[in-house]
Formats: sequence, C-alpha cells, structure tokens
Amino acid sequence: MYVAVKGGERAIENAHRLLAHERRGEREVPELTLAQISEQLALGVDRVMAEGSLYDRELAALAIKQARGDLIEAIFLVRAFRATLPRFGATEPVDTGNMQIRRRISATFKDIPGGQILGPTFDYTHRLLDPQLAEGFVPEAPATGETSSAETPRVTDILAHDGLIEASPPAEADAPIGDLTREPLSFPADRDLRLQNLARADEGFLLALGYSTQRGYGRNHPFAGEIRFGEVDVEFFAEDAGFAVPLGRIELTECQMVNQFKGSATEAPCFTRGYGLAFGQSERKTMSMALVDRALRARELGEEVRAPAQDEEFVMSHSDNVQATGFVEHLKLPHYVDFQSELGLLRRLRKEFTDANASEPLQEAAE
Amino acid sequence: MKQSWRLLIKLSSIIDNFSQARFREMTKTEQDSRRAQRRAGMAVLAQSDAADISARLSEMALPAHKTLREPENGLVMVRGRVGGDGAPFNIGEATVSRAAVLLSTGQVGFGYTLGRDHEKARLIALCDAMAQSDDFADAVEQEVIAPLRTAMIAKRDRVAAETAATRVDFYTMVRGEG
Repeated sequence: MYVAVKGGERAIENAHRLLAHERRGEREVPELTLAQISEQLALGVDRVMAEGSLYDRELAALAIKQARGDLIEAIFLVRAFRATLPRFGATEPVDTGNMQIRRRISATFKDIPGGQILGPTFDYTHRLLDPQLAEGFVPEAPATGETSSAETPRVTDILAHDGLIEASPPAEADAPIGDLTREPLSFPADRDLRLQNLARADEGFLLALGYSTQRGYGRNHPFAGEIRFGEVDVEFFAEDAGFAVPLGRIELTECQMVNQFKGSATEAPCFTRGYGLAFGQSERKTMSMALVDRALRARELGEEVRAPAQDEEFVMSHSDNVQATGFVEHLKLPHYVDFQSELGLLRRLRKEFTDANASEPLQEAAE
Repeated sequence: MKQSWRLLIKLSSIIDNFSQARFREMTKTEQDSRRAQRRAGMAVLAQSDAADISARLSEMALPAHKTLREPENGLVMVRGRVGGDGAPFNIGEATVSRAAVLLSTGQVGFGYTLGRDHEKARLIALCDAMAQSDDFADAVEQEVIAPLRTAMIAKRDRVAAETAATRVDFYTMVRGEG
C-alpha cells in the first residue's frame, strides 16, 4: 500500500545538488565531453542504445554522463526520453546480408566466402592491463589491406543452399508485427515479440541464461555459425514523399547460431537456428540472444521444456532491466505504513504466543 | 500564407500520399529515374554532416524557397528479419528529423535523416526540392551531392581497407618441415 508522505523536500533538493557535485567530481579534473564518451567508451554507448532500445549515440552518451557511468540508470533515462517523441512509423527491414562489414567470423567454416575478418576485437588479446593507456598513449595508425569485392554471404545461406539447415520463418504479407512497446506482453508469444524482447533485454541476464543452456539447462548444442558487425542502410517509407527514403546508416551486430538438428519420418534431419541482432557492436549480447532465442523455440520444435531459458514467460517477464530495477529498487521507497501494520500484527502474534505458553503449560506437557 | 500551402498540399504526420499531379507530364520512366536520383542524393546527404551540406549550398545561388513543414524530431521503429532473411521483427527505435521545403516554382522537397538535427533535415529537403527542379537539379547534383558522395566513398574505402587488413590468411603447418 502506498500512502502519500509529505516532507523532505529540502533534503531531496540538497541531495540532488550534492549528486550533481559528485557527478562532476574533482573540479581540477577536466569535464568529460559527450564526444569523448561516444568515441572512447563506444561499447558502453552501444549497450545503452541496445537496451535503451533507441539508436542515438549522442543521447546515449549524455545518459551515461548523467548517470555517472551507471549503464542501467542510463538505459532508464534513454527509455524515458524515448517516450517524449512521436513515432513516424517503422523502417523497411534492414538487410544484414548487405552490411558494410567491419567484423565477420565463423566458427563452423574456416574458408567462408569473403573470409574471416577479425575487425576491432578483444579476442586474442592477453587481457593484461596496459599501463601505456594510463596517459597520453597515441596508437599506431591502423594497417590497411587490399579490399575485396567478393560477396560475404551469410553462413546460414550457404548451409541452406544444401538444405542442411532449416529456412528462416518466411515473411507473410500483411501479417502484423508484434510490438511490445504498444501492447502488453501475453503468452504464448510469437518469435517476433520474443526477438524484440531479447534485443532490448539486459545483457547480463541473457548471458547467464545463454550460459545455462550450454551447461545443460536446455542444452541445444550450438555452433557460432557466423557473427558479423558493421553498418547497414536504413530506409523509411515516407508517405509524404511517396517512396522509401534513405535515413542513413546504423551499426548492428548479428549472430547466427547453428544448433542441433531436428527431423521426422517425413522430413530429412537438418540443423536448427537461433538468431541474435542488436544495435552497435554487441557481440556478447547477440551471441547470448541467439542461444536464448533457440532455447525459447523448444515448444515449436517439440522439445521438453524443463529449463529456465526455455520458459518464455520466465525469460520475457524478467529480461528487461528497467522493469527489473524499478521493482527491486522500489523496495527502498518509504513503506512506513505497510511496515507498521506488519509490525502490529507480529506484536499481536507474539503476545498471543506468550500468553498461550504461560497459561497452558500443563496441557502442553501432557501432549 | 502558410495556411494556403497547407490547402495546396496536404501534409500529415504519416499518411496521405502527396499528390504529384504537377509532375504528371513526365513519363513513367522519367519519374522512376528522377526518383532513383532523388533517393541516391538523399542517401548521400543523410550520411553527411549538416555543416558540410550547408557549406556547399552557401557557395551556390539558391532558388526562392520556404519551409513547408517545420523540422521536427521523432522516432522510427527499426526492423530486422528473423535469421536475417525471414519474417520481420522490431529491433528498437531510432531518432529521426524531418522537414519539407517548397520552392517558389512549386517543387516540394523532403528531408529525412537519422538523429536530431533540424537544420540537416531542412537542408536535405531543400536539396531534394532542387533535385526536382529542371533549373537546379544539375547544380545541386554537381556542387553539393557529388563532392559529398566522393567524401563519403573515400571514408568508406578507408574503413574497408582497415578492415581488410584484419582478414585471416590461413596456412597449414606441415609436420617435419621448416
């Protein structure tokens, strides 16, 4: 129960003033600019865009600055901002096959057409802290190589060519596309809604669930068929112009997991798939997403639903870190009246207990 | 004044196809090719900085024009496809600015761009209107869009070359040699 409480206005005002002071930190240290955050803390910005579910680098950088680097708080700020803008419509679906690739790797085929392209990655670094970075480090200019005009087809397309992997669920003309920002979740949820939920889900939550599937809680034998990161064109059908207008480009990461096969008396066995797609360079996120997407297909694929990662209601209801933090953190708001009533009840119960024990010692002993 | 344009061409938040009656004299092929050119121009402009577009425009004679739709910010829901090629789903939203500009000769240009830059949307709309004018189409293509396209491609090529340097060349280690 919530009861209006008055008072504390000055304390609140002063607390926010103190927060602003602490956020700025030692005044002799130069203030962070949004460009510095966007350029040098780029993966934090990517995470805030993905989970804030709003692609806007500058806003995400501002949110990180305002939240003092608390990414969930920053995501919360971005979600709140988003609610202030009108929606013009939905874009044409982006074509990740036509991505300008900055990174593209496959763990299933060494010699994929277009090659294995490492791009800017932490992989194969030694994870040793680099004291050089502490101050004034100027990195070498990046090496350049011969660009190739070779196509970089999706690995799943190559497998699909031989019928070795299931096809993606086809687009159905005029089929409505679920949007959880417009309608409350209901279960069972279709894959479009599940993927939207996972695309904005907390990375840590997805990572833990994905990990749990690998350890045996809903095992589905994944291979990282392909991970790609780069820029895709975004187009929007503008009714006023009468055609699809280019809006510019956004960075996306896509992960195609290749999983254990299915088959039946009438259908030849083939690999199944899990899919991950998110804003920015979000490799851990999209890999985890693809694992969980595949786990959530248990019902569709006739698998026994036993593990948390296979339970769509459990996953989808707890994946959103803004909702989660809201409910967990609301516990610190005043519950004085609630608590007083519990306290009153507990005192009465204890008194009854004491009275009962004091008045009926013999009967109790006899029992 | 503004009211009369509103009557002339009905703009709405999302819907209502703007009647392109005045361009009907063009053949279907001409319309298609002009539309392709407009789209190509918009793609370059949307990926350029507002300051660069503005600098290019400031060096040329501009047609008389008015802002038909004041620049505004909003959102689009970005869609992907399941598995990259399947049924569409919603990834998340992106910020967008848009505007419309009317030339005194009647052409209406539309400006759309990712981000929250009113001026950029207005400049794109102006360029798009000019791209539809027989008197200004060549000039805006040559003096604004073409140089920005060159810069855009140069940047893209540089990124592609840096990326290409990280392509793995596998070699097989042969036992007992070397």
